[in-house]
Amino acid sequence: MRLDIAKKAAALGLGLALLAGCGGGAEEATDGPVELSFWAWAPNIDKVVDKWNASHPDTKVVVSKQAQGDDLVTKLLTSAKGGNPPDLAQVEYQALPTLVSNDVLADISEGAAAAKDKFAPGIWDQVTLGGSGVYAVPQDSGPMMFYYRADLFEQYGLKVPTTWDEYAQTARDLRAKASDKFLGTFSSNDPGWFAGLVQQAGGSWWSVEGDTWKVSVDDAATKKVAQYWSGLVAEGAIDKAPMYTPEWNKALNDGTQIGWLSAVWAPGVLKGNAESTLGKWAMAPMPQWDTSAPRTGNWGGSTTAVTAGSKKQKAATEFAVWLNTDPAAVEALVTESGIYPAATSAQEAQSQPPAFFPNQPDFYTQAAKIAATSSGFTWGPNVNVTYTAYKNAMGEAISGGTDLVPALTKMQTATVDDMKANGFTVGG
Amino acid sequence: MTSIRMSGRGGAAPKLAPYAFVAPAVVLFLLVFALPIGYTVYLSLFRTEVKGLGLGKGSRTEVFVGLDNYWRALTDSELGAGALRVLGYGAILVPTMLGLALVFALLLDEERVRARGFSRIAIFLPYSIPVVIASLLWGFLYLPGTSPFNQLLRELSLPEVDVLSPTGIYFALANIAVWGGVGYNMMVLYTALRSIPRDLYEAARIDGCTPLQVAMRIKIPLLAPALVLTSLFSIIATLQVFAEPIALAPLTNSLSLTWTPLMKVYQDAFGRGDIYSAAATSVLIAFVMFVISFGLLRLTRSRAFGGER
Repeated sequence: MRLDIAKKAAALGLGLALLAGCGGGAEEATDGPVELSFWAWAPNIDKVVDKWNASHPDTKVVVSKQAQGDDLVTKLLTSAKGGNPPDLAQVEYQALPTLVSNDVLADISEGAAAAKDKFAPGIWDQVTLGGSGVYAVPQDSGPMMFYYRADLFEQYGLKVPTTWDEYAQTARDLRAKASDKFLGTFSSNDPGWFAGLVQQAGGSWWSVEGDTWKVSVDDAATKKVAQYWSGLVAEGAIDKAPMYTPEWNKALNDGTQIGWLSAVWAPGVLKGNAESTLGKWAMAPMPQWDTSAPRTGNWGGSTTAVTAGSKKQKAATEFAVWLNTDPAAVEALVTESGIYPAATSAQEAQSQPPAFFPNQPDFYTQAAKIAATSSGFTWGPNVNVTYTAYKNAMGEAISGGTDLVPALTKMQTATVDDMKANGFTVGG
Repeated sequence: MTSIRMSGRGGAAPKLAPYAFVAPAVVLFLLVFALPIGYTVYLSLFRTEVKGLGLGKGSRTEVFVGLDNYWRALTDSELGAGALRVLGYGAILVPTMLGLALVFALLLDEERVRARGFSRIAIFLPYSIPVVIASLLWGFLYLPGTSPFNQLLRELSLPEVDVLSPTGIYFALANIAVWGGVGYNMMVLYTALRSIPRDLYEAARIDGCTPLQVAMRIKIPLLAPALVLTSLFSIIATLQVFAEPIALAPLTNSLSLTWTPLMKVYQDAFGRGDIYSAAATSVLIAFVMFVISFGLLRLTRSRAFGGER
């Protein structure tokens, strides 16, 4: 008891105003209707949840809207330590090992293992972490693709690049024809984007051998990717300002950025950030390192997880499975939230292109083909450390005008040091 | 109070009363101040240890490591670099902000000044804008792509400035704090100025002092206690700078997520999930602040508060 007060007080003392507004403690289970709290950020997710609430009067799910990605991981870790996590949360694939390792997520194999067949094996491996437990139900995936302004490509006589060499040449050609425009940018703010590019190149940052972690953030494939972008940044062929800034939004809107290496969820972002460009974009597969074996990586993609601190894990698991496998629920996720579902049957069922891409009727047919070339990837238990190191080291290298490859060494060192400091067994 | 008198033995009441009066303050102090500090110190002596892959249930245990976290914090080059960056930022910020605040306060105190109420509010107003919002607004003005200043420079075919460059960022951050902080400090100084007896000025004028001489020889020396106070608060606020850089960090390559010591604490605690080393760093920062505050107060007390001891 005293420790509890101390913990709460310490949280206050550390300036944890973050916690304010989380609300919702875990009340005792009663015979009446169960209420489940659900932290999520997918747009309009509350409308999808309404469908569940309408048909399940005994289990009411209450959505609490959250900031995306890393911030939510932080908040989940903190709320779990404080003893009042939500029952359910939207969690990105790369955060699963971190959360599992911190005992934040419940093993829901009892209620969710049967859903295995609904997903591609590569996706399912991500929620089992290669073991016998199941820590989440896959929701969506983010296979990477190349988006470009079809109208401006035509205007400048550019061809859609199919290889990275062609991408570099296209970037240079564009600069030569219109010196105020860029084919893309290297963003020090988006480690998930870089990780997607590395997956495509065949890189592997973490692997498991018995009881030992192997870390290779600076492996040959990653170096190849960093070197490639380092060259483009150095010669000024592409922009080097971060993505997701007001400046970048404006650049997408006014055609300063005429291409974006992004993921299947990009239409939603473009609609929100560059509304005036409706119907002017087109999607193509990623430029390739080796055209004989086309590949892509994943940027983002998330799951629905049940927390270890939840007192209603059974009901929560039932909801998580329903949300991501029930045909009506998945369809609502697609139409309301605009996600690309992880459930394979739903991927095939999408016939309409995204509203922002009326000019590309076969958008989802193409997307399914691209998604099939996704590479697998093992995430480690401290992705957040690697991601922070990416932001700091890449930002420093770019603002200092230096090579990007040494930044990988810093990422590797930061990752390994953190794991060793926490007592993980890290092999060479 | 009656209940205390009833429950206490005869004659004990007068001795109990003072304790009863200070009890609320002491309890609050213990609960929201001493206890969290104690717990932070306690945490700073531990760290987690992982068994194997760290993926099973209960694979993390808390182990006692003594002062290891402190040693690691002290030898962490990033923390030291962050402290230096904050010093550079403070060297720009504190003199500029207090200088402007003093000038504005003296101007407003002049008898002949017009629209005094309006000017006072206008200078004070930025203080009422939350720092995060101010930082985001300034962010828009700083980003070359969205900045109206850069747009103007482009129109005039003049070379563009990038205030978000690694050096420019110090001034960009200091500017936000100056903009927000001048008004507050001006208010403190102005209030102190108003409490100076007016007959001193009259005497000075009769002796032939110009307004400038009145300001330099009478007002500023009498303002010394207020100046010490505002300096102290400004320096403490500077060392704790957090909101401005964390709001600007996503907009530029020049700001790392560990740019200031407090940002590093935040990253350690919530980015890396290592509350133990974050606790150790917090204790170190608190200690440094304590030393600086007391050192500064001692140094200036004899001069500023000479009559109050």
